[in-house]
Amino acid sequence: MRKFLIASAAAIAAMIGLASPAMAAGGGDVKLQTGEWSFTGPFGYFDKAALQRGFQVYREVCAGCHGLDYIAFRNLADLGYNEAEIKAIAAEYEVMDGPDDEGEMFMRPARPADIIPNPYRNNNEARASNNGAMPPDLSLIAKARANGPDYLYSLLLGYVDAPADKDVPDGMHYNNAYSGNLIAMPQPIYGDDVEYADGAPTTPEGLSADVTNFLMWAAEPKLEVRKRIGVAAVFFLSIFLVMSYFAKRRVWADLH
Amino acid sequence: MSAEKFSNPVVRWIDHRLPVFSMLDHEKYDYPVPKNLNYMWNFGVLAGLALVIMIVTGIVLAMNYTAHVDHAFGSVERIMRDVNHGWLIRYIHMNTASFFFIVVYIHMFRGLYYGSYKAPRELLWMLGVVIFLLMMATAFMGYVLPWGQMSFWGATVITNLFSAIPFVGESIVVFLWGGFSVDNPTLNRFFSLHYLMPFLIAGVVVLHIVALHRFGSNNPIGIDAKGPQDTISFHPYYTIKDLVGIAMFLLLLAVAVFFFPNAMGHPDNYIPANPMQTPAHIVPEWYFLPFYAILRAVPDKLGGVLLMFSAIFVLFVLPWLDRSPVRSARFRPVFRIFFWLLFIDCILLGYLGGMPAEGIYVLLSRLATAWYFLHFLVILPMLSVFETTKPLPKSISEPVLATARGVA
Repeated sequence: MRKFLIASAAAIAAMIGLASPAMAAGGGDVKLQTGEWSFTGPFGYFDKAALQRGFQVYREVCAGCHGLDYIAFRNLADLGYNEAEIKAIAAEYEVMDGPDDEGEMFMRPARPADIIPNPYRNNNEARASNNGAMPPDLSLIAKARANGPDYLYSLLLGYVDAPADKDVPDGMHYNNAYSGNLIAMPQPIYGDDVEYADGAPTTPEGLSADVTNFLMWAAEPKLEVRKRIGVAAVFFLSIFLVMSYFAKRRVWADLH
Repeated sequence: MSAEKFSNPVVRWIDHRLPVFSMLDHEKYDYPVPKNLNYMWNFGVLAGLALVIMIVTGIVLAMNYTAHVDHAFGSVERIMRDVNHGWLIRYIHMNTASFFFIVVYIHMFRGLYYGSYKAPRELLWMLGVVIFLLMMATAFMGYVLPWGQMSFWGATVITNLFSAIPFVGESIVVFLWGGFSVDNPTLNRFFSLHYLMPFLIAGVVVLHIVALHRFGSNNPIGIDAKGPQDTISFHPYYTIKDLVGIAMFLLLLAVAVFFFPNAMGHPDNYIPANPMQTPAHIVPEWYFLPFYAILRAVPDKLGGVLLMFSAIFVLFVLPWLDRSPVRSARFRPVFRIFFWLLFIDCILLGYLGGMPAEGIYVLLSRLATAWYFLHFLVILPMLSVFETTKPLPKSISEPVLATARGVA
């Protein structure tokens, strides 16, 4: 029943296709801009220069409020930094260690094995410093939102003037990419917020794209190796499929 | 006596004392299989393969997972980031779960289409429904383990269903939770059961295969094999045909694992569970959506729960609802139309289960739910009486040769 097989495959595809936007339904009149990302498609990869610039944007803009609780300094090797550079970056931070032999906690410069320190000691402090709103951890944010990269890019560029009929309460901000349009985070990127060493454009679009690249890496650091193995696996299995099909024909030939 | 079959002396020595090789040989060569099985008959083997993949990857994941509310989410991230190829093992486990359900749903619809549930295969079918129920329980508890937002809230919604049972419902829910809310004891017991249940599934699969081998496979024509001219040996004919299916399955699985690993999951599950914050829409995994739609179609909680379980229970009694002596839909023109309507209805229910329960979706859910039960409880029994079936071929060989001639 070839018809049955095709119908089933089509139905499953349709169901997944229909269900995904349904699941992702955040609600509201949200329109996402689509950026151009090097990491999409079967041969996707991370643009290391963009990752380094994105990390700089994170450090100088985002890190005031947002943590990266699943990223250690050693992970920055993926961005193209060598061991000495990573040690130097880590040493710019102080982390709490201990207890020492006297039972006291103490501060020391961070080492590559340490997690990038969170700006707040705990969630309560994070809330208290942000009008009661909790700045989410950014380690997984690119996977924790539907269409993550496009969403982040659109959100960072989505601060526009509120329509006249929209009431924006104190401490809230209007954003055309955010579900419900009212977001507690003030506009983080205006353009020229950081100074790039490589002279890449520091327009709002450039900065937002760079930090989105960085956050996608943070959420899915194994993306490149995954796709590389994937291409080989699909290639191998395609040949395996064709060969097993002809082997089947050969075996069955003696029946007729 | 059968030991003489083997040329290898070691095999002969073992087989004389422990006749496992004779047993395998018997299943491989002596087990007669109808010669006309199409590719729809691959899906039993594929389901078995999916179960094996799930158990193997699951055991490795369990070595690196921590079943504690404070560490579960982090331990999964550690698997994704720091365990060697942990991301691969977890993505295979996640996506094979979905593929397992795809394969089993096709397997079930194949059984519905070709009447594989009819005498003498009623128990074979019912054991299959038991496997399906165990799979649903296992998948549900597995989804809770990463302790993301959907894990937590899905667990809350589903366990709360039992509170609809009169008088003892509240006590049952407390018993399931191991406390007064979904919390650490819940996660611990779900992990324990999630590890246990695949082995129960494997046990029922053995019974399923024993029942299958009693009368052999049904076939696309749905008439019994009349003699050796209608059958061929399982090996090499169906081993090689299953291999084609396995290659296709692995290829599609690889595409999902390597290029769309999160397409069948929910982004909210990458947010750590937060009992203080409810997601905008709580939805189960996609493979539960048809049942979720039935659950929400009823305005009464107990009614919804009963109807949802009835949707599966009705499959248990299916062999006695459809009393038509003709198995295959090929010879049942009216049944065939209703089969496709049911198929569309189930897809529609799946779609509606993913939509918010408001407006037109509620009405459509009710209609689709009504149709589901109408199909099994009214249409099938009526068709058994009123449908005029097409004449059946005399034997399996007859139409096989006819089509062979037609092609040639």
